[in-house]
Amino acid sequence: MSEMIRIENLVFNYTREQDDEEISAIRDVSLTVNKGSFTAIIGRNGSGKSTLAKNINALLLPSSGVVYVNGYDTAKEEDVWNIRQSAAMVFQNPDNQIVSSIVEDDVAFGPENLGVEPEQIRKRVDDSLKAVNMYQHRKKAPHLLSGGQKQRIAIAGAIAMRPECIVFDEPTAMLDPKGREEVMSIIKELHQEGITVVLITHFMEEAAQAERIVIMDRGKIALDGTPGEVFLHRDAIQEMNLDVPLAVELSWRLRRRGIDIPEDIISMEEMVEFLCQYK
Amino acid sequence: MIRDITLGQYFPGKSWVHRLDPRIKIIATLVYIAALFVAHDFLGILIAVGALAMVIAISRVPLSFMLRGLKPIFLIILFTFVLNLFMIPGKVMARIWILTITEEGLYMAFFMAARLILLIIGSSLLTLTTKPMSLTDGIESLLSPFRKLGVPAHELAMMMTIALRFIPTLLEETDKIMKAQQARGADFESGNIIRRAKSLIPILVPLFISAFRIAQELAMAMEARCYRGGKYRTRMNAMKLEARDFAALILMILFLAGMIAERILL
Ligand SMILES: Nc1ncnc2c1ncn2[C@@H]1O[C@H](COP(=O)(O)OP(=O)(O)OP(=O)(O)O)[C@@H](O)[C@H]1O
Ligand SMILES: [Mg+2]
Repeated sequence: MSEMIRIENLVFNYTREQDDEEISAIRDVSLTVNKGSFTAIIGRNGSGKSTLAKNINALLLPSSGVVYVNGYDTAKEEDVWNIRQSAAMVFQNPDNQIVSSIVEDDVAFGPENLGVEPEQIRKRVDDSLKAVNMYQHRKKAPHLLSGGQKQRIAIAGAIAMRPECIVFDEPTAMLDPKGREEVMSIIKELHQEGITVVLITHFMEEAAQAERIVIMDRGKIALDGTPGEVFLHRDAIQEMNLDVPLAVELSWRLRRRGIDIPEDIISMEEMVEFLCQYK
Repeated sequence: MIRDITLGQYFPGKSWVHRLDPRIKIIATLVYIAALFVAHDFLGILIAVGALAMVIAISRVPLSFMLRGLKPIFLIILFTFVLNLFMIPGKVMARIWILTITEEGLYMAFFMAARLILLIIGSSLLTLTTKPMSLTDGIESLLSPFRKLGVPAHELAMMMTIALRFIPTLLEETDKIMKAQQARGADFESGNIIRRAKSLIPILVPLFISAFRIAQELAMAMEARCYRGGKYRTRMNAMKLEARDFAALILMILFLAGMIAERILL
Protein backbone atom coordinates (compact mmCIF):
# COMPACT_ATOMS: atom_id res chain seq x y z
CA MET A 1 0.00 0.00 0.00
CA SER A 2 1.39 3.41 -0.86
CA GLU A 3 1.85 6.23 1.59
CA MET A 4 -0.34 9.33 1.71
CA ILE A 5 1.39 11.09 4.57
CA ARG A 6 4.80 10.39 6.01
CA ILE A 7 5.98 12.35 9.03
CA GLU A 8 9.55 11.82 10.25
CA ASN A 9 10.74 13.12 13.62
CA LEU A 10 8.55 16.20 13.44
CA VAL A 11 9.25 18.91 16.00
CA PHE A 12 7.26 22.11 16.02
CA ASN A 13 7.75 25.12 18.28
CA TYR A 14 5.56 28.21 18.44
CA THR A 15 7.14 31.50 19.39
CA ARG A 16 4.91 33.34 21.82
CA GLU A 17 4.40 36.92 20.71
CA GLN A 18 4.48 38.66 24.10
CA ASP A 19 7.86 37.41 25.28
CA ASP A 20 9.41 35.50 22.37
CA GLU A 21 9.33 32.37 24.47
CA GLU A 22 9.35 29.05 22.60
CA ILE A 23 6.44 26.73 23.19
CA SER A 24 7.03 23.24 21.93
CA ALA A 25 3.75 21.92 20.58
CA ILE A 26 5.07 18.81 18.84
CA ARG A 27 8.06 16.91 20.18
CA ASP A 28 9.40 14.28 17.84
CA VAL A 29 6.43 12.68 16.13
CA SER A 30 6.80 10.06 13.42
CA LEU A 31 3.72 8.77 11.68
CA THR A 32 2.81 7.19 8.36
CA VAL A 33 -0.70 7.23 6.94
CA ASN A 34 -1.49 4.86 4.08
CA LYS A 35 -3.64 5.76 1.10
CA GLY A 36 -7.27 4.88 1.57
CA SER A 37 -7.00 4.48 5.33
CA PHE A 38 -9.11 6.05 8.09
CA THR A 39 -7.03 7.33 11.00
CA ALA A 40 -8.35 9.10 14.07
CA ILE A 41 -6.10 11.34 16.12
CA ILE A 42 -7.28 11.99 19.62
CA GLY A 43 -5.84 13.81 22.59
CA ARG A 44 -6.83 16.36 25.18
CA ASN A 45 -6.70 20.14 24.72
CA GLY A 46 -3.29 21.45 23.84
CA SER A 47 -1.80 18.06 23.00
CA GLY A 48 -0.75 19.32 19.56
CA LYS A 49 -3.40 17.83 17.27
CA SER A 50 -4.19 21.02 15.36
CA THR A 51 -0.53 21.85 15.07
CA LEU A 52 0.07 18.43 13.54
CA ALA A 53 -2.80 18.94 11.09
CA LYS A 54 -1.47 22.33 10.00
CA ASN A 55 1.93 20.80 9.42
CA ILE A 56 0.33 18.26 7.08
CA ASN A 57 -1.25 21.08 5.09
CA ALA A 58 1.91 23.20 4.91
CA LEU A 59 0.09 25.93 6.84
CA LEU A 60 2.90 25.49 9.35
CA LEU A 61 6.38 24.25 8.48
CA PRO A 62 8.42 21.90 10.70
CA SER A 63 10.90 23.37 13.16
CA SER A 64 12.80 20.18 12.50
CA GLY A 65 12.01 16.87 10.86
CA VAL A 66 10.19 16.37 7.56
CA VAL A 67 6.62 15.94 6.39
CA TYR A 68 5.83 14.33 3.05
CA VAL A 69 2.34 14.54 1.59
CA ASN A 70 1.73 12.38 -1.46
CA GLY A 71 5.49 12.35 -1.95
CA TYR A 72 5.89 16.14 -1.78
CA ASP A 73 8.06 17.68 0.94
CA THR A 74 6.00 20.39 2.68
CA ALA A 75 9.11 22.49 3.20
CA LYS A 76 9.54 22.96 -0.56
CA GLU A 77 7.68 26.12 -1.45
CA GLU A 78 7.01 25.21 -5.08
CA ASP A 79 4.97 22.14 -4.10
CA VAL A 80 2.70 23.85 -1.61
CA TRP A 81 -0.32 24.02 -3.97
CA ASN A 82 0.05 20.34 -4.89
CA ILE A 83 0.15 19.51 -1.20
CA ARG A 84 -2.94 21.53 -0.34
CA GLN A 85 -4.79 20.11 -3.31
CA SER A 86 -3.95 16.50 -2.46
CA ALA A 87 -4.58 16.84 1.28
CA ALA A 88 -7.51 19.20 1.87
CA MET A 89 -8.50 20.38 5.31
CA VAL A 90 -11.76 20.99 7.15
CA PHE A 91 -11.61 23.10 10.30
CA GLN A 92 -13.53 23.18 13.53
CA ASN A 93 -15.59 26.32 13.14
CA PRO A 94 -17.80 26.11 10.06
CA ASP A 95 -18.54 29.84 10.19
CA ASN A 96 -14.95 30.92 9.80
CA GLN A 97 -14.08 28.84 6.76
CA ILE A 98 -16.95 29.75 4.46
CA VAL A 99 -15.90 32.56 2.15
CA SER A 100 -18.90 33.43 0.05
CA SER A 101 -22.45 34.48 0.87
CA ILE A 102 -23.88 31.92 -1.56
CA VAL A 103 -23.43 28.21 -0.87
CA GLU A 104 -22.49 27.11 -4.39
CA ASP A 105 -20.06 30.00 -4.85
CA ASP A 106 -18.31 28.96 -1.69
CA VAL A 107 -17.93 25.37 -2.83
CA ALA A 108 -16.48 26.72 -6.09
CA PHE A 109 -13.81 28.69 -4.23
CA GLY A 110 -11.19 25.89 -4.11
CA PRO A 111 -11.46 24.79 -7.77
CA GLU A 112 -11.49 28.45 -8.83
CA ASN A 113 -8.21 28.97 -7.00
CA LEU A 114 -6.79 25.92 -8.74
CA GLY A 115 -7.64 27.44 -12.12
CA VAL A 116 -10.11 24.73 -13.15
CA GLU A 117 -12.21 25.39 -16.29
CA PRO A 118 -15.67 26.94 -15.60
CA GLU A 119 -17.75 23.98 -16.88
CA GLN A 120 -15.57 21.61 -14.87
CA ILE A 121 -16.06 23.74 -11.74
CA ARG A 122 -19.83 23.63 -12.22
CA LYS A 123 -19.72 19.85 -12.40
CA ARG A 124 -17.46 19.51 -9.37
CA VAL A 125 -19.64 21.88 -7.32
CA ASP A 126 -22.81 19.97 -8.16
CA ASP A 127 -21.17 16.60 -7.47
CA SER A 128 -19.71 17.78 -4.16
CA LEU A 129 -22.97 19.30 -2.97
CA LYS A 130 -24.80 16.08 -3.83
CA ALA A 131 -22.17 14.04 -1.97
CA VAL A 132 -22.93 15.94 1.25
CA ASN A 133 -26.69 16.08 0.62
CA MET A 134 -26.78 19.85 0.33
CA TYR A 135 -27.59 20.20 -3.37
CA GLN A 136 -31.06 21.56 -2.68
CA HIS A 137 -29.56 24.36 -0.59
CA ARG A 138 -27.05 25.48 -3.22
CA LYS A 139 -28.53 28.97 -3.70
CA LYS A 140 -28.91 29.77 0.00
CA ALA A 141 -26.90 32.09 2.21
CA PRO A 142 -24.66 30.07 4.57
CA HIS A 143 -25.59 32.14 7.61
CA LEU A 144 -29.15 30.84 7.37
CA LEU A 145 -28.07 27.18 7.63
CA SER A 146 -27.61 25.04 10.74
CA GLY A 147 -24.14 24.27 12.10
CA GLY A 148 -24.19 20.73 10.70
CA GLN A 149 -25.28 22.01 7.30
CA LYS A 150 -22.56 24.66 7.29
CA GLN A 151 -19.95 22.05 8.14
CA ARG A 152 -21.23 19.91 5.26
CA ILE A 153 -20.76 22.90 2.95
CA ALA A 154 -17.19 23.22 4.20
CA ILE A 155 -16.68 19.51 3.47
CA ALA A 156 -18.15 19.98 -0.02
CA GLY A 157 -15.66 22.81 -0.52
CA ALA A 158 -12.85 20.41 0.33
CA ILE A 159 -14.18 17.58 -1.89
CA ALA A 160 -14.51 19.98 -4.84
CA MET A 161 -10.72 20.26 -4.94
CA ARG A 162 -10.68 16.49 -5.66
CA PRO A 163 -8.18 15.68 -2.92
CA GLU A 164 -6.88 12.20 -2.21
CA CYS A 165 -6.89 12.89 1.51
CA ILE A 166 -8.94 15.10 3.82
CA VAL A 167 -7.73 16.14 7.27
CA PHE A 168 -10.63 17.02 9.55
CA ASP A 169 -9.70 19.10 12.59
CA GLU A 170 -12.45 18.52 15.15
CA PRO A 171 -15.21 18.97 12.57
CA THR A 172 -17.95 18.09 15.04
CA ALA A 173 -16.76 20.01 18.09
CA MET A 174 -19.15 22.91 17.60
CA LEU A 175 -22.16 20.91 16.45
CA ASP A 176 -25.24 19.55 18.18
CA PRO A 177 -25.68 15.75 18.34
CA LYS A 178 -27.71 15.70 15.13
CA GLY A 179 -25.14 17.74 13.20
CA ARG A 180 -22.39 15.58 14.63
CA GLU A 181 -24.07 12.44 13.33
CA GLU A 182 -24.61 13.95 9.85
CA VAL A 183 -20.97 14.94 9.58
CA MET A 184 -19.67 11.59 10.86
CA SER A 185 -21.77 9.64 8.38
CA ILE A 186 -20.42 11.77 5.53
CA ILE A 187 -16.86 11.24 6.70
CA LYS A 188 -17.40 7.48 6.72
CA GLU A 189 -18.93 7.60 3.24
CA LEU A 190 -15.95 9.55 1.92
CA HIS A 191 -13.64 6.92 3.34
CA GLN A 192 -15.65 4.18 1.66
CA GLU A 193 -15.26 6.00 -1.64
CA GLY A 194 -11.50 5.73 -1.27
CA ILE A 195 -10.54 9.08 0.25
CA THR A 196 -7.85 8.89 2.92
CA VAL A 197 -9.36 10.30 6.10
CA VAL A 198 -7.49 11.79 9.04
CA LEU A 199 -10.00 12.68 11.72
CA ILE A 200 -8.92 14.76 14.68
CA THR A 201 -11.43 14.61 17.47
CA HIS A 202 -11.78 14.53 21.19
CA PHE A 203 -14.78 12.23 21.20
CA MET A 204 -13.60 8.67 21.73
CA GLU A 205 -16.88 7.31 20.30
CA GLU A 206 -15.98 8.98 17.00
CA ALA A 207 -12.39 7.81 17.06
CA ALA A 208 -13.57 4.24 17.68
CA GLN A 209 -15.17 4.27 14.22
CA ALA A 210 -11.78 4.62 12.53
CA GLU A 211 -9.47 1.82 11.42
CA ARG A 212 -6.63 3.19 13.47
CA ILE A 213 -6.40 5.40 16.54
CA VAL A 214 -3.42 7.60 17.36
CA ILE A 215 -3.49 9.10 20.83
CA MET A 216 -1.45 12.25 21.34
CA ASP A 217 -0.30 13.52 24.69
CA ARG A 218 1.83 16.61 25.30
CA GLY A 219 3.15 16.78 21.76
CA LYS A 220 3.99 13.09 21.45
CA ILE A 221 2.29 9.95 20.24
CA ALA A 222 1.27 8.01 23.31
CA LEU A 223 -0.59 5.10 21.71
CA ASP A 224 -1.07 3.96 18.14
CA GLY A 225 -2.95 0.97 16.78
CA THR A 226 -6.33 -0.44 15.80
CA PRO A 227 -9.15 0.54 18.18
CA GLY A 228 -9.06 -2.94 19.67
CA GLU A 229 -5.33 -2.68 20.39
CA VAL A 230 -5.49 0.84 21.76
CA PHE A 231 -8.40 0.20 24.09
CA LEU A 232 -6.46 -2.57 25.81
CA HIS A 233 -4.59 0.28 27.51
CA ARG A 234 -7.65 1.43 29.36
CA ASP A 235 -5.74 2.71 32.38
CA ALA A 236 -3.18 4.63 30.34
CA ILE A 237 -5.99 6.24 28.35
CA GLN A 238 -7.81 7.32 31.47
CA GLU A 239 -4.61 8.69 32.91
CA MET A 240 -4.44 11.01 29.88
CA ASN A 241 -7.89 12.32 30.85
CA LEU A 242 -9.60 10.61 27.94
CA ASP A 243 -12.59 8.31 28.05
CA VAL A 244 -12.79 4.88 26.56
CA PRO A 245 -16.06 3.96 24.79
CA LEU A 246 -18.78 2.61 27.05
CA ALA A 247 -18.57 -0.88 25.54
CA VAL A 248 -14.85 -1.03 26.23
CA GLU A 249 -15.35 0.06 29.81
CA LEU A 250 -18.09 -2.52 30.23
CA SER A 251 -16.03 -5.36 28.83
CA TRP A 252 -13.12 -4.33 31.04
CA ARG A 253 -15.35 -4.58 34.11
CA LEU A 254 -16.89 -7.85 33.00
CA ARG A 255 -13.46 -9.25 32.30
CA ARG A 256 -12.41 -8.33 35.82
CA ARG A 257 -15.27 -10.51 37.07
CA GLY A 258 -13.99 -13.43 35.10
CA ILE A 259 -16.17 -13.19 31.99
CA ASP A 260 -14.00 -13.73 28.97
CA ILE A 261 -14.77 -11.01 26.42
CA PRO A 262 -12.87 -10.78 23.14
CA GLU A 263 -10.70 -7.69 22.74
CA ASP A 264 -12.14 -6.61 19.42
CA ILE A 265 -15.48 -5.69 20.93
CA ILE A 266 -15.56 -1.91 20.99
CA SER A 267 -19.07 -0.87 20.03
CA MET A 268 -22.32 -1.34 21.89
CA GLU A 269 -23.85 -3.33 19.01
CA GLU A 270 -21.01 -5.82 19.02
CA MET A 271 -21.29 -6.06 22.78
CA VAL A 272 -25.02 -6.72 22.68
CA GLU A 273 -24.55 -9.33 20.02
CA PHE A 274 -21.81 -11.06 21.98
CA LEU A 275 -23.69 -11.04 25.27
CA CYS A 276 -26.83 -12.46 23.66
CA GLN A 277 -24.86 -15.45 22.44
CA TYR A 278 -22.83 -15.82 25.61
CA LYS A 279 -23.36 -18.97 27.55
CA MET B 1 -34.31 38.21 14.30
CA ILE B 2 -30.83 39.36 13.45
CA ARG B 3 -30.37 36.28 11.26
CA ASP B 4 -33.10 37.39 8.90
CA ILE B 5 -31.58 40.62 7.71
CA THR B 6 -31.12 40.66 3.99
CA LEU B 7 -28.00 42.26 2.70
CA GLY B 8 -27.97 45.19 0.41
CA GLN B 9 -31.56 45.52 -0.66
CA TYR B 10 -31.83 43.00 -3.45
CA PHE B 11 -35.39 42.45 -4.65
CA PRO B 12 -35.45 38.95 -6.20
CA GLY B 13 -36.94 38.75 -9.67
CA LYS B 14 -36.46 37.39 -13.15
CA SER B 15 -37.17 40.51 -15.16
CA TRP B 16 -35.20 41.70 -18.13
CA VAL B 17 -33.46 44.22 -15.89
CA HIS B 18 -32.56 41.56 -13.32
CA ARG B 19 -30.98 39.39 -15.97
CA LEU B 20 -28.81 42.09 -17.50
CA ASP B 21 -25.08 41.69 -17.08
CA PRO B 22 -24.01 43.46 -13.86
CA ARG B 23 -21.30 45.34 -15.76
CA ILE B 24 -23.88 46.83 -18.10
CA LYS B 25 -26.05 47.82 -15.15
CA ILE B 26 -23.16 49.50 -13.37
CA ILE B 27 -22.23 51.44 -16.50
CA ALA B 28 -25.88 52.33 -17.10
CA THR B 29 -26.16 53.71 -13.58
CA LEU B 30 -23.06 55.83 -14.06
CA VAL B 31 -24.38 57.08 -17.41
CA TYR B 32 -27.70 57.91 -15.82
CA ILE B 33 -26.03 59.92 -13.07
CA ALA B 34 -23.94 61.77 -15.65
CA ALA B 35 -27.09 62.48 -17.68
CA LEU B 36 -28.74 63.99 -14.59
CA PHE B 37 -25.93 66.50 -14.48
CA VAL B 38 -26.28 67.21 -18.17
CA ALA B 39 -29.93 68.17 -17.64
CA HIS B 40 -30.33 71.86 -16.91
CA ASP B 41 -34.07 72.42 -17.21
CA PHE B 42 -37.33 70.66 -16.45
CA LEU B 43 -37.63 69.17 -19.91
CA GLY B 44 -34.33 67.35 -19.28
CA ILE B 45 -35.58 66.16 -15.90
CA LEU B 46 -38.80 65.02 -17.53
CA ILE B 47 -36.90 62.87 -20.04
CA ALA B 48 -34.86 61.40 -17.18
CA VAL B 49 -38.05 60.64 -15.21
CA GLY B 50 -39.54 58.97 -18.27
CA ALA B 51 -36.50 56.80 -18.86
CA LEU B 52 -36.32 55.76 -15.21
CA ALA B 53 -40.06 55.04 -15.06
CA MET B 54 -39.71 52.78 -18.07
CA VAL B 55 -36.86 50.78 -16.52
CA ILE B 56 -38.69 50.52 -13.18
CA ALA B 57 -41.80 49.25 -14.97
CA ILE B 58 -39.75 46.60 -16.77
CA SER B 59 -37.97 45.57 -13.56
CA ARG B 60 -41.31 45.00 -11.76
CA VAL B 61 -39.81 46.16 -8.49
CA PRO B 62 -42.62 47.85 -6.51
CA LEU B 63 -42.29 51.62 -6.34
CA SER B 64 -42.48 51.51 -2.54
CA PHE B 65 -39.07 49.78 -2.50
CA MET B 66 -37.60 52.60 -4.54
CA LEU B 67 -39.04 55.23 -2.24
CA ARG B 68 -37.72 53.40 0.80
CA GLY B 69 -34.22 54.32 -0.35
CA LEU B 70 -35.15 58.00 -0.07
CA LYS B 71 -36.02 57.84 3.61
CA PRO B 72 -32.50 58.07 5.03
CA ILE B 73 -31.64 61.10 2.91
CA PHE B 74 -34.97 62.86 3.22
CA LEU B 75 -33.36 65.51 5.44
CA ILE B 76 -30.66 66.21 2.90
CA ILE B 77 -33.25 66.69 0.17
CA LEU B 78 -35.25 69.01 2.40
CA PHE B 79 -32.13 70.97 3.30
CA THR B 80 -31.15 71.38 -0.37
CA PHE B 81 -34.68 72.47 -1.18
CA VAL B 82 -34.84 75.11 1.57
CA LEU B 83 -31.35 76.39 0.86
CA ASN B 84 -32.11 76.90 -2.83
CA LEU B 85 -35.51 78.35 -2.09
CA PHE B 86 -34.22 81.19 0.09
CA MET B 87 -30.66 81.78 -1.01
CA ILE B 88 -30.85 82.39 -4.74
CA PRO B 89 -31.09 86.07 -5.71
CA GLY B 90 -33.54 87.25 -8.38
CA LYS B 91 -37.09 88.48 -8.83
CA VAL B 92 -38.73 88.53 -5.39
CA MET B 93 -42.00 86.60 -5.12
CA ALA B 94 -42.67 86.58 -1.41
CA ARG B 95 -41.23 87.70 1.87
CA ILE B 96 -41.49 85.76 5.15
CA TRP B 97 -39.96 87.55 8.11
CA ILE B 98 -36.34 88.22 6.99
CA LEU B 99 -36.37 85.54 4.29
CA THR B 100 -37.22 86.11 0.67
CA ILE B 101 -38.35 83.67 -1.95
CA THR B 102 -37.40 84.45 -5.53
CA GLU B 103 -38.75 82.99 -8.77
CA GLU B 104 -35.31 81.64 -9.62
CA GLY B 105 -34.99 80.20 -6.13
CA LEU B 106 -38.30 78.38 -6.38
CA TYR B 107 -37.31 76.97 -9.76
CA MET B 108 -33.89 75.84 -8.56
CA ALA B 109 -35.29 74.34 -5.37
CA PHE B 110 -37.62 72.05 -7.27
CA PHE B 111 -35.00 71.33 -9.92
CA MET B 112 -32.26 70.33 -7.47
CA ALA B 113 -34.63 68.23 -5.34
CA ALA B 114 -35.85 66.41 -8.43
CA ARG B 115 -32.29 65.74 -9.56
CA LEU B 116 -31.32 64.38 -6.14
CA ILE B 117 -34.37 62.14 -5.93
CA LEU B 118 -33.73 60.72 -9.39
CA LEU B 119 -30.11 60.13 -8.51
CA ILE B 120 -31.02 58.09 -5.45
CA ILE B 121 -33.77 56.11 -7.11
CA GLY B 122 -31.59 55.47 -10.16
CA SER B 123 -28.76 54.02 -8.10
CA SER B 124 -31.00 52.03 -5.78
CA LEU B 125 -32.47 50.39 -8.89
CA LEU B 126 -29.00 48.93 -9.45
CA THR B 127 -28.79 47.34 -6.00
CA LEU B 128 -32.44 46.30 -6.05
CA THR B 129 -32.07 44.31 -9.26
CA THR B 130 -28.53 42.97 -8.86
CA LYS B 131 -27.39 40.36 -6.33
CA PRO B 132 -24.56 41.67 -4.15
CA MET B 133 -22.30 38.89 -5.40
CA SER B 134 -22.93 39.73 -9.07
CA LEU B 135 -22.32 43.37 -8.26
CA THR B 136 -18.95 42.42 -6.80
CA ASP B 137 -18.08 40.36 -9.89
CA GLY B 138 -19.13 43.25 -12.11
CA ILE B 139 -16.96 45.74 -10.25
CA GLU B 140 -13.99 43.39 -10.38
CA SER B 141 -14.37 42.91 -14.09
CA LEU B 142 -14.85 46.62 -14.83
CA LEU B 143 -11.83 47.57 -12.74
CA SER B 144 -9.51 44.90 -14.10
CA PRO B 145 -8.31 46.97 -17.11
CA PHE B 146 -6.93 49.44 -14.56
CA ARG B 147 -4.90 46.76 -12.79
CA LYS B 148 -1.81 47.86 -14.69
CA LEU B 149 -2.22 51.29 -13.12
CA GLY B 150 -2.09 49.67 -9.71
CA VAL B 151 -5.83 49.35 -9.02
CA PRO B 152 -6.19 46.17 -6.91
CA ALA B 153 -9.34 45.00 -8.69
CA HIS B 154 -9.37 41.41 -7.46
CA GLU B 155 -8.44 42.35 -3.91
CA LEU B 156 -11.22 44.94 -3.69
CA ALA B 157 -13.76 42.46 -4.97
CA MET B 158 -12.54 39.79 -2.52
CA MET B 159 -12.84 42.28 0.33
CA MET B 160 -16.41 43.07 -0.66
CA THR B 161 -17.25 39.37 -0.93
CA ILE B 162 -15.90 38.67 2.53
CA ALA B 163 -17.58 41.73 4.00
CA LEU B 164 -20.91 40.56 2.57
CA ARG B 165 -20.36 37.09 3.96
CA PHE B 166 -19.34 38.22 7.45
CA ILE B 167 -21.69 41.11 8.20
CA PRO B 168 -24.38 38.69 9.42
CA THR B 169 -21.79 36.73 11.43
CA LEU B 170 -20.55 39.88 13.13
CA LEU B 171 -24.09 41.08 13.80
CA GLU B 172 -24.82 37.77 15.45
CA GLU B 173 -21.64 38.13 17.46
CA THR B 174 -22.66 41.64 18.56
CA ASP B 175 -26.04 40.34 19.59
CA LYS B 176 -24.41 37.61 21.66
CA ILE B 177 -22.01 40.02 23.37
CA MET B 178 -24.79 42.52 24.12
CA LYS B 179 -26.94 39.82 25.67
CA ALA B 180 -23.99 38.60 27.74
CA GLN B 181 -23.32 42.14 29.01
CA GLN B 182 -26.99 42.78 29.67
CA ALA B 183 -27.15 39.58 31.68
CA ARG B 184 -24.47 41.10 33.90
CA GLY B 185 -26.52 44.24 34.33
CA ALA B 186 -25.21 46.44 31.54
CA ASP B 187 -27.65 49.11 30.41
CA PHE B 188 -27.45 50.38 26.84
CA GLU B 189 -30.67 52.36 26.69
CA SER B 190 -30.74 54.99 29.40
CA GLY B 191 -28.60 58.01 30.16
CA ASN B 192 -27.32 60.80 28.00
CA ILE B 193 -25.33 60.40 24.82
CA ILE B 194 -21.96 60.28 26.52
CA ARG B 195 -23.12 57.64 28.96
CA ARG B 196 -24.62 55.58 26.21
CA ALA B 197 -21.48 55.84 24.10
CA LYS B 198 -19.44 54.73 27.09
CA SER B 199 -21.66 51.73 27.62
CA LEU B 200 -20.77 50.60 24.08
CA ILE B 201 -17.09 50.11 24.94
CA PRO B 202 -17.68 46.73 26.63
CA ILE B 203 -19.30 45.64 23.39
CA LEU B 204 -16.75 47.01 20.97
CA VAL B 205 -13.68 45.56 22.63
CA PRO B 206 -14.81 41.92 22.57
CA LEU B 207 -16.27 42.47 19.12
CA PHE B 208 -12.91 43.62 17.76
CA ILE B 209 -11.16 40.72 19.41
CA SER B 210 -13.53 38.23 17.86
CA ALA B 211 -13.30 39.96 14.47
CA PHE B 212 -9.53 39.54 14.54
CA ARG B 213 -9.86 35.90 15.53
CA ILE B 214 -12.32 35.29 12.70
CA ALA B 215 -10.00 37.02 10.23
CA GLN B 216 -7.09 34.87 11.30
CA GLU B 217 -9.03 31.62 11.03
CA LEU B 218 -10.56 32.62 7.72
CA ALA B 219 -7.18 33.53 6.24
CA MET B 220 -5.89 30.11 7.20
CA ALA B 221 -8.93 28.34 5.76
CA MET B 222 -8.54 30.30 2.51
CA GLU B 223 -4.89 29.35 2.24
CA ALA B 224 -5.77 25.73 2.86
CA ARG B 225 -8.13 26.01 -0.11
CA CYS B 226 -5.24 27.09 -2.30
CA TYR B 227 -6.09 30.79 -2.38
CA ARG B 228 -3.18 32.77 -3.80
CA GLY B 229 -4.72 36.01 -4.98
CA GLY B 230 -6.36 36.57 -8.34
CA LYS B 231 -3.51 35.41 -10.52
CA TYR B 232 -4.35 31.86 -11.57
CA ARG B 233 -7.97 32.07 -10.55
CA THR B 234 -10.83 31.07 -12.84
CA ARG B 235 -14.52 31.69 -12.13
CA MET B 236 -17.42 29.26 -12.13
CA ASN B 237 -19.87 31.82 -13.48
CA ALA B 238 -17.92 33.59 -16.17
CA MET B 239 -19.86 36.68 -17.21
CA LYS B 240 -20.95 36.73 -20.83
CA LEU B 241 -22.68 39.55 -22.70
CA GLU B 242 -25.98 38.51 -24.30
CA ALA B 243 -28.07 40.18 -27.00
CA ARG B 244 -30.13 41.97 -24.34
CA ASP B 245 -26.95 43.50 -22.92
CA PHE B 246 -26.09 45.04 -26.28
CA ALA B 247 -29.66 46.25 -26.67
CA ALA B 248 -29.41 47.92 -23.26
CA LEU B 249 -26.11 49.47 -24.25
CA ILE B 250 -27.65 50.99 -27.39
CA LEU B 251 -30.66 52.33 -25.48
CA MET B 252 -28.27 53.85 -22.98
CA ILE B 253 -26.29 55.64 -25.69
CA LEU B 254 -29.51 56.91 -27.28
CA PHE B 255 -30.69 58.21 -23.92
CA LEU B 256 -27.46 60.04 -23.20
CA ALA B 257 -27.37 61.49 -26.73
CA GLY B 258 -30.96 62.65 -26.28
CA MET B 259 -30.14 64.35 -23.01
CA ILE B 260 -27.16 66.15 -24.53
CA ALA B 261 -29.16 67.20 -27.61
CA GLU B 262 -31.91 68.56 -25.39
CA ARG B 263 -29.40 70.67 -23.51
CA ILE B 264 -27.68 72.07 -26.60
CA LEU B 265 -30.66 72.51 -28.88
CA LEU B 266 -33.51 73.57 -26.61
N1 LIG C 1 -0.51 30.40 17.55
C1 LIG C 1 0.04 29.88 18.66
N2 LIG C 1 1.00 30.56 19.32
C2 LIG C 1 1.58 30.04 20.42
N3 LIG C 1 1.25 28.85 20.95
C3 LIG C 1 0.30 28.12 20.35
C4 LIG C 1 -0.36 28.61 19.17
N4 LIG C 1 -1.27 27.68 18.79
C5 LIG C 1 -1.17 26.67 19.69
N5 LIG C 1 -0.24 26.92 20.63
C6 LIG C 1 0.15 26.02 21.73
O1 LIG C 1 0.61 24.81 21.17
C7 LIG C 1 0.13 23.70 21.93
C8 LIG C 1 -0.61 22.76 21.03
O2 LIG C 1 -1.76 23.40 20.51
P1 LIG C 1 -2.77 22.74 19.49
O3 LIG C 1 -3.71 23.79 19.06
O4 LIG C 1 -2.03 22.01 18.45
O5 LIG C 1 -3.51 21.70 20.43
P2 LIG C 1 -4.80 20.81 20.12
O6 LIG C 1 -4.45 19.42 20.47
O7 LIG C 1 -5.30 21.08 18.77
O8 LIG C 1 -5.81 21.35 21.21
P3 LIG C 1 -7.39 21.54 21.12
O9 LIG C 1 -8.00 20.24 21.51
O10 LIG C 1 -7.66 22.58 22.15
O11 LIG C 1 -7.73 21.99 19.74
C9 LIG C 1 -0.70 24.29 23.04
O12 LIG C 1 0.07 24.31 24.19
C10 LIG C 1 -1.03 25.69 22.59
O13 LIG C 1 -1.12 26.53 23.70
MG1 LIG D 1 -7.13 21.94 17.96
